[in-house]
Amino acid sequence: MQGGERPRVSEQRIWKDPLPPSLFPPHSPQLQAAAPPPPGGSRGAAGPPGGATPSQCGRRPVWRLRGRGERDWAEPGPGPELRRRRRRRRRRVMDRFVWTNGLLEINETLVIQQRGVRIYDGEEKIKFDAGVLLLSTHRLIWRDQKNHDCCIAIPLSQIVFIEEQAAGIGKSAKIVIHLHPASSNKDPGPFQSSKSSYIKLSFKEHGQIEPGRIRAVGIVGIERKLEEKRKETDKNISEAFEDLSKLMVKAKEMVELSKSIANKIKDKQGDITEDETIRFKSYLLSMGIANPVTRETHGSGTHYHMQLAKQLAGILQVPLEERGGIMSLTEVYCLVNRARGMELLSPEDLVNACKMLEALKLPLRLRIFDSGVMVIELQSHNEEEMLASALETVSEKGSLTSEEFAKLVGMSVLLAKERLLLAEKMGHLCRDDSVEGLRFYPNLFMTQS
Amino acid sequence: MLRPRPARGFLPVPGTPRPSPVPEVLRRAPEVRSKRFRFPWVTMATSFEWPWQYRFPPFFTLQPNVDTRQKQLAAWCSLVLSFCRLHRQSSMTVMEAQESPLFNNNKLQRKLPMESIQIVLEELRKKGNLEWLDKNKSSFLIMWRRPEEWGKLIYQWVSKSGQNNSVFTFYELTNGDDTEDEEFHGLDEATLLRALQALQLEHKAEIITVSDGRGVKFF
Repeated sequence: MQGGERPRVSEQRIWKDPLPPSLFPPHSPQLQAAAPPPPGGSRGAAGPPGGATPSQCGRRPVWRLRGRGERDWAEPGPGPELRRRRRRRRRRVMDRFVWTNGLLEINETLVIQQRGVRIYDGEEKIKFDAGVLLLSTHRLIWRDQKNHDCCIAIPLSQIVFIEEQAAGIGKSAKIVIHLHPASSNKDPGPFQSSKSSYIKLSFKEHGQIEPGRIRAVGIVGIERKLEEKRKETDKNISEAFEDLSKLMVKAKEMVELSKSIANKIKDKQGDITEDETIRFKSYLLSMGIANPVTRETHGSGTHYHMQLAKQLAGILQVPLEERGGIMSLTEVYCLVNRARGMELLSPEDLVNACKMLEALKLPLRLRIFDSGVMVIELQSHNEEEMLASALETVSEKGSLTSEEFAKLVGMSVLLAKERLLLAEKMGHLCRDDSVEGLRFYPNLFMTQS
Repeated sequence: MLRPRPARGFLPVPGTPRPSPVPEVLRRAPEVRSKRFRFPWVTMATSFEWPWQYRFPPFFTLQPNVDTRQKQLAAWCSLVLSFCRLHRQSSMTVMEAQESPLFNNNKLQRKLPMESIQIVLEELRKKGNLEWLDKNKSSFLIMWRRPEEWGKLIYQWVSKSGQNNSVFTFYELTNGDDTEDEEFHGLDEATLLRALQALQLEHKAEIITVSDGRGVKFF
């Protein structure tokens, strides 16, 4: 970048500066390479974290004469003498920066790069916003994201001390870089003077963790804390359930024990007293084993299902007769739940209750077809008769589809289809499958030669 | 209509060999004289009598009930054989069969699907009436009578006419004068070959090669 192309902001400052422009030759990369960066503070400087050492020469005599040293920034509160001195010579921070074209030198390598970085001169916001910060082995380079020509750099030797500021509400995380005072004969930079001896880099898009630092500060720090919290919660839960699994084991043992005692009660009635038996039974009841003697395996034969089956038999008698003695289970489900209003049945309960119908010698029974369709039918309902009548109907009409048959007989299409399929299975009907649909004919293959 | 033939046994000059048989072109059976020899059913559809099953739509759907299916397949086999017999179709490709009125009833708008055709053909093969001519099962040889039965008939005729231990050419057997009244007259060569092979297995005949074709010697 040549001397003529500078952003307007710093231009003003340049012109206001009393120092003659001859002191600031136009910047060129060769000059940059030829003139080594001003002596960095080997004492107290954080140094390039990457581990590579910048090229340094010894302190310049000019600089030493001025007596600049760590005193300026090390003391927490400046004494009167220092304040006087400060007033006399304004501290320049931003003037440590030099214009650069962003190219790396021969021995210089890029360590890390971060976007979205803003530079603050001390506490003040300056126009250098939204840039890419590059940390190389020799320098810290800031390049404007929008205007790629605007590129400033500071040698790492200038950096004395670095600290992090955590992000707050409305504030992004910052790194504060304390710098050495600048030498007067260094290459021209964007600012000729600045008030404080440190700059701040504000990271809008994370990245403020320097390589090598592990402190939990900033957004990544927050994320890390969340992760730790999650791990801890995980551990707590597994610990808690550890106890619960022990409890389960104990409970199982208790149930086994109670069962064995119940059996003993059954066998030897005289060994324990009456009220002890009653007490023991109450314990069992509280644990959920209602009657250990007659309890059967889970899923079949529970009292609830038996009662339910009896109730169903009462409810369904009339509707079944209306529908010709047979109803699909879905219809039954709808009917029963509608009748109940409250305390609806679950399908599982219904099926379990229906399975017990036959065992309880009730006038209904559950029937499952080959295709899986489940129906409730009256005990008096004889499927064979139905098949014979179906055959008659089909023979009369020549051929029928299941829809036509359903309409003729007055039953649901599903049940009509089941009946026709059953008739085919028995050999009374044969099928005709074509693009027109599935029709059933009387089985002439068997009846005719 | 037909060229007058010399009477049996008559020879114009004693000692001269029997005149060579009349070429096949002129001695074709009347039924197959039509030009469209490849699709003879076009001319013959009316004369063929379709069974009642052909007009029964469920015939064209493979029945799931096992007993019904057996009856259905039996009916199909007999229909195919009688169809091929009357139309003198000895070999066919599956494509042809699919398009023929045998498996296609246009009046009923019903067609036997390809899988079912394959099942019917497989059934015929098991019975011995069908033989696949190639590995892809795309063309087959259909014999309305099983080769063994043909062989038996031929052997019966040979024994009856007392011509055991004599040699016949294939042509003589199928198109010779002597066999005109026989059932195997006009039999196609492939079937004849298989029939004679069956006889060979029974050691009643032996197939040999003669000057202008193949021949068979009966024992």
